[in-house]
Amino acid sequence: MVVTGLGVLAPNGHGLDDFEHALREGRSGIRFYEKLRELKFGCQVGGAPQGVEEIKERYFSEEQRFSMKSNIIAFGAIAALDCWRDAGMESPGDASSEPDFDTGAIIGTGVAGIDLMCSYAGPMIDGGRTRRMGSTIVEQVMCSGVSARIGGLLGLGGQVSTNSSACTTGTEAIVEAYWQIRAGRAKRMLAGGAEGDSHYTWGSFDAMRVLATDRNDEPEKASRPMSASASGFVPGSGAGILMLEDLETALARGARIYAEVKGADVNSGGQRQGGSMTAPNPYGVQRCIRAALEAAGIRGEDVGAINGHLTATMADPGEIANWQAGLGVAPENFPLINSTKSMIGHSLGAAGGIECVASILELDRGFVHPSLNCEDLHPKLEAYAASIPHETREMQPGIIAKASFGFGDVNACVIFEKWDPRNFNQTRSS
Amino acid sequence: MEHQETFDKVIGIIKPFVKNTDKLSTADEHTRLLEDLGVNSARLVDIVLAFEDEFDIAIDDEAADRVHTLGDAVTVIQEKLK
Repeated sequence: MVVTGLGVLAPNGHGLDDFEHALREGRSGIRFYEKLRELKFGCQVGGAPQGVEEIKERYFSEEQRFSMKSNIIAFGAIAALDCWRDAGMESPGDASSEPDFDTGAIIGTGVAGIDLMCSYAGPMIDGGRTRRMGSTIVEQVMCSGVSARIGGLLGLGGQVSTNSSACTTGTEAIVEAYWQIRAGRAKRMLAGGAEGDSHYTWGSFDAMRVLATDRNDEPEKASRPMSASASGFVPGSGAGILMLEDLETALARGARIYAEVKGADVNSGGQRQGGSMTAPNPYGVQRCIRAALEAAGIRGEDVGAINGHLTATMADPGEIANWQAGLGVAPENFPLINSTKSMIGHSLGAAGGIECVASILELDRGFVHPSLNCEDLHPKLEAYAASIPHETREMQPGIIAKASFGFGDVNACVIFEKWDPRNFNQTRSS
Repeated sequence: MEHQETFDKVIGIIKPFVKNTDKLSTADEHTRLLEDLGVNSARLVDIVLAFEDEFDIAIDDEAADRVHTLGDAVTVIQEKLK
């Protein structure tokens, strides 16, 4: 199973080259939002993709844009079209053509079209104007709105669905697609996550006191995973989508191959043994990591780099302890570990998708991006100091482990290896 | 309002909902919204709302159900304007 296409719309970059440069430069996509100040949010910074209206005009017809007022739909559709083109797929046929029955999509979201529901549909319904809302609300606020839109744009004929598992969503989608292809139910699947930027979503987390509130005047310093001063996460948004493809099919069509999906796992900690709705059961996390390694047929010391979940809350040191136990390596042999969220914040259901795109780019282009704002490393992480890059490392990590964890005590882990045709030959001959 | 003026306004209103935009330049009273212009059937609701706003009229569901062609749209609008 391989990755043959990537699409990304992130707060710090759109498209692979722009996003790669952002990662290498440590370019932050976190900005101050006056609207959040007016609304008396504690956290007045966030991450949102830039220039989206202009991109929508280039990518979509006026007819398509009419039902694309919820940002999650637009973000997901932009990343999906980019991924499709990057994978070298043919332009979808017109309305009379046969669908592509070999290809499906699992595109997850954490909160779906809550922005449109709160800003437009709610006031219209409460104001007695339900029958003047128009026809487009359901298709934009339904949980599967984003996958449904992508399926239609691309004429997909395989399973087209949306998964949702809070902040695990994007990575879980990729694991789901991996299993679907392995089961022979599809030749290829678009997989990843999308999340709109909405003060209604962000406000719900602000109310929980889990967002960073102490750097509203320095947005680029607000997201500080692994630091002693980490004070909460910065809300983000965007979309990241991978094309997962059966190896034989990819080779037969001459596709460019980025990486192999070596193994993956999804589980839950059951909200037991220290786990809760909002905290992970450490044994569940460790088991998920071990199961992914086992599925990949590798040992912990084979992992060259980790793209952590690492949101910049008090959970970061616990996450690294879980990685250490799950991989079974001593702190001095711990792989490099970084947090893409240090640049773009936590894009919730899109996080796993965007961060998997970052991981694949690192493998394909030979670098490990810096983790920003943790020069004041958390005291519990001192033993891992050598594993945390503050500048870009020009190197080939070989194998990257990516995990995401979410409310509900749910976990997902996926193992990517840089594509090397020689490995394929060994696999074939063994 | 003149018939032709209403027709031209109708064309302007439905344009954002038309997938087969090349058919618009030759559209006449017999042109069907769904079959010929490729309008998504769900969008008929939005088109009727736009008629109501543009012409400051109320179009009930029974009248809206009669709109199949551009000519039907003009007829319903002119009825409500009387």
